[in-house]
This record gives sequence, C-alpha cells and structure tokens, in this order.
Amino acid sequence: MDQLHIAGRAYGSRLIVGTGKYKDFDETRRAIEASGAEMVTVAIRRMNIGQDPGQPNLLEVLPPSRYTILPNTAGCYTAEDAVRTLRLARELLDGHALVKLEVLGDPSTLFPNMPETLKAAEVLVKEGFQVMVYCADDPIQAKMLEDIGCAAIMPLASLIGSGMGILNPWNLRLIIDNAQVPVIVDAGVGTASDAAIAMELGCDGVLMNTAIAHAGDPVLMASAMQKAVQAGREAYRAGRMPRKLYSADPSSPTTGLIGS
Amino acid sequence: MLDITLNGSRRSFTETSLTVAALLASLGYAGKRVAVERNGEIVPRSQHESTWLNSGDTLEIVVAVGGG
Repeated sequence: MDQLHIAGRAYGSRLIVGTGKYKDFDETRRAIEASGAEMVTVAIRRMNIGQDPGQPNLLEVLPPSRYTILPNTAGCYTAEDAVRTLRLARELLDGHALVKLEVLGDPSTLFPNMPETLKAAEVLVKEGFQVMVYCADDPIQAKMLEDIGCAAIMPLASLIGSGMGILNPWNLRLIIDNAQVPVIVDAGVGTASDAAIAMELGCDGVLMNTAIAHAGDPVLMASAMQKAVQAGREAYRAGRMPRKLYSADPSSPTTGLIGS
Repeated sequence: MLDITLNGSRRSFTETSLTVAALLASLGYAGKRVAVERNGEIVPRSQHESTWLNSGDTLEIVVAVGGG
C-alpha cells in the first residue's frame, strides 16, 4: 500500500488541508470531507471573551478522533511566539505533539523567516514535538531542518494564498532528492494541475487551504484536489516517458499502410 | 478585588481569589476545549482546580480556529 508516513503514523491521503477562509463551519466540514484529507491544520487564537460560549467550536466540527489535527503557528514572527503557541496547542490537544511550525518574516509576502524557523525547530524538537515545518525552497536550509530532527519539510511552491502554482520545480527537486523525511509542498497551489505537478515532482504530499476555500465551489475543488494528488502520485510512481525535444515518434505502425 | 489581564484586556473580579477552573466556569467555558497560559507558563488542565490566580496575573485562554 502506498501510504504517507509521518512521525510514525501512516496516512492513506497525501493531501493535507487547512480549515481557514471558509464561509462557515458547514462548508468547512463538507469541503474537508470531499478532499479525503486525514490531516487538517488549525490555528491557535485567543478565545473571544464575551462571545456566546454555546457557539460551536471547530474541533466539534472536525473531531480529533477522526482527523489528525495539525496546529499551526500562523501569524508568528518570532521563534519565541511560535514555541509559546505550540505549547498551548499541545495542552489544547491533550499532549498531541505533531505540529506545523511556520515563522513568518514579512506580512506582505508571508515568506518564512528562516533563522527564527531554525531556532524554533531546535527548541520544539528538544521538547518532544514532531515538527512539520514551513520553509523557503532552499535545499541547504531544508537539510538543516531535517538534521535538527523535523518530521517533515514543507517548502513553499509560491507565496501563501497566492495561487501562483509551482514556481521553482528545480529547487523542489533538489530538496526532495536530498531529504530522508517527507517533503510536502505547503503554500502556493492554485488549482488541481498545480497539485498534480507537485506530486509528479516526487513530493510526498501537498498542503493547501486557499485553493479550496476560495474556489468558486470549494466542495467540488476539494474533490478535484483529492484526484489531482492521487493522479500526480501515480504518475510519479509510474515514471514518465522521456521528453524528446526534437523528434516525433508515431504511435501507429509505420508499415502496412494501404497503397504501399 | 482581583485584577488580571485576560487575553490582552484588563478585567476585574469582585472575588478576592479565584482558581483557573472557577474563572473558566464564570466565563461559561467549563468543560470546553481551551488551553490556559498564566504568566507565560502553561496551566495543565489537571491543575485548573488547584491553580489560584493573583492580582497582576496575565492569562491567555486559547482555542483552535480555522487556519491553513
């Protein structure tokens, strides 16, 4: 069976989805079901004091008994804030250690701050967290994160929420070829073909949020993404034919033509 | 009176002392899935009943919300 193994657990789906930007919890639930994802990211935020405590909670819609919850550090700009957020997440999720680390460098690009990311990863790994880490598509720093002990390396394909697709497949290939841990493209996928390209490159999985949540029909796009990730993975495993730049090669027999 | 900073806002309680569990109950969050940090340290759920707040404490109470 072709499964994704992360931190000692096997997943049938190689698509990881975010839970932000949906119209409401019902749309969130339906899109995530249609995606077939088993792992979903959540953000950790201050409780809105004074809000009706009877309001449904995201973890009631997406129960941790059914989904592997991946708390993130979105919005953190320092290693310290990211570590603090994930300690709260671990408490919130009853000791659950698998987390998504992201330390941002700039609010307009949301590009990762790699020095702070490396610093946070070291602290978190020492504290027993299993760290899936959002990072730049830099093969050297990706390797540093692996050496620190991160459970998965998650380079961006293009800017978070941009939908610009796979902008530097060559760097992704370098990261994939060097890594002994799963490499998951995190950020930048815009449509199904982008997800398929990521998987054809040899990525172990794809993490996306906006491509589904901001599609015209999020539930239908979630279904498309499930298929694209599966198709891309199968194509990668099958091995594509060599590219022939300057010569055609007919698929039909060249002999036995009538009138010859 | 108990004066604390709760999720970035100053709050006053008429009680002179309050446990974390009692605070959560007074906010309507008893039994809800929340995590509490007091003065930068996690207060584990198992210690909510036995952790007393002091005036000047800074508390963060967080939940999971949608995110990518």
